Amino acid sequence: MIEFRSISKRFDDGTLAVDDFSLVIPSRRITVLVGSSGSGKTTLLRMINRMVDATSGELEIDGENVSSIEPVQLRRRIGYVMQNSGLLPHRRVIDNIATVPRLNGVPKKQAHARALELMDTVGLDRDLGERYPSQLSGGQQQRVGVARGLAVDPNILLMDEPFGAVDPIVRADLQQELLRLQRDLDKTVVFVTHDIDEAFLLGHQVVILEKGGRIAQKGTPAEILANPASDFVASFVGADRGKRALSIRTIDGAQVLVDGDGNLAGRLVEAGPA
Amino acid sequence: MTWVLNNLELILQLTLEHIRLSILPIVLGFVIAIPLGWLAYRYRLTRGLILTLVGLLYTIPSLALFVILPPLLGIGFLSEANVIIALTIYAVAIMARSVAEALASVDQGVKQAATAMGYSGWGRFWSVEFPLAGPVLLAGLRVVAVSTVSLLTVGIVVGVQSLGYLFTNGFQRGIVEQVLAGVVMVVIVALLFDGLLVLLGRWLMPWTRVDRSSRRPIESQQGVEPPAQAFGRGVQQAGAR
Repeated sequence: MIEFRSISKRFDDGTLAVDDFSLVIPSRRITVLVGSSGSGKTTLLRMINRMVDATSGELEIDGENVSSIEPVQLRRRIGYVMQNSGLLPHRRVIDNIATVPRLNGVPKKQAHARALELMDTVGLDRDLGERYPSQLSGGQQQRVGVARGLAVDPNILLMDEPFGAVDPIVRADLQQELLRLQRDLDKTVVFVTHDIDEAFLLGHQVVILEKGGRIAQKGTPAEILANPASDFVASFVGADRGKRALSIRTIDGAQVLVDGDGNLAGRLVEAGPA
Repeated sequence: MTWVLNNLELILQLTLEHIRLSILPIVLGFVIAIPLGWLAYRYRLTRGLILTLVGLLYTIPSLALFVILPPLLGIGFLSEANVIIALTIYAVAIMARSVAEALASVDQGVKQAATAMGYSGWGRFWSVEFPLAGPVLLAGLRVVAVSTVSLLTVGIVVGVQSLGYLFTNGFQRGIVEQVLAGVVMVVIVALLFDGLLVLLGRWLMPWTRVDRSSRRPIESQQGVEPPAQAFGRGVQQAGAR
């Protein structure tokens, strides 16, 4: 469990990025922080591994205050996946994946063996291990990024818009893969995105952020969609328009659903047993 | 060609001497420039100071330097050390700026990723920033090498033997062929250093010469994926500089 308690962050230039933020992130679930740029979502994520230190307030991981943990040691036990994969371009794929175990002093042979296993886990051909990141496609690079994040088998995986730079088809693949991985490996995932569809797809808990890290609403996707807490949330999730505003029409005795743009979205059928 | 054919031994001996004397200033200049360039890259305050200072160093005429250094450092006017130190100063003057630029060329995202993975500051510098600055460092070092090889010829005025001897001696005796032989050999030595550095770079930085044909991503099991992102952008920019 990760707990933010009254966290604020003022940067050196005076901007207040996060103002009095409190949140509990449950273990073994995916929590998505979603908001536009300037909402402080990445800042909040980076506080968890102390790439950013809070100006005031407390942040605890499983009851341990992170400020009491040495940052370098802390980071080596938390997985981190970022946009554009953040792979080291001068290291082969296998060495990229083995980076953190090697930093922790795991012998090379052992670290490489583990890296190959992880390539299987994230659906990468083992032959790619000998390549350099620039020889991989964007989607493959992201997979390597995820494998690297999992290399020390961390309890926590931080993901900063990891699928933002890949095309929609690959992104959909990677999202499904992440859901599968999380189910199989039971990690606590904190995921940052500006894409509400991605947030609703992945998040067990979705936290919608306004400027300055103010929580506009948090809950399951269903809770948020059913009861948007404010006009901001309603408009952000698109509850009143497009493909989320479905209406029923009767055509030839059958009920069909039409979305906000007037396009046919589907058919209304009896719900089966849950 | 008669003069050249009759003096092959002299030319060879001077060439070897020239190579020997060039190595130390290039290596020393590189090593000394690293902390200076880092300071110039890291802090705004030291940046202006260091870059201006090394810029000024380069404007000092070499003859003046040969005269100033001996009393300052307590070495002999006619010593090799005098020439080597002067050339090292020029090497630092060129290289410090290159190091600063090279470090700045490293992709910000990669540096952040390295920090996020748990590299300490020192470890990140040597394992990530320094190697990734490699291509720009190499470009700077190649300039340093060629400049050093060429400048070394001036050392003859303080009696340090190098290919410069062929210039002064050939000029005094009015043998054009001898002067030309000196010019050609200096160019050859410069090309030799340059070629060796390029080979060294290829050997130390295999990721920069990733085969074009294999750059094309292979198709994954998930279907066709888009071409690889222009990763290692820093490196590519570096090459263009």
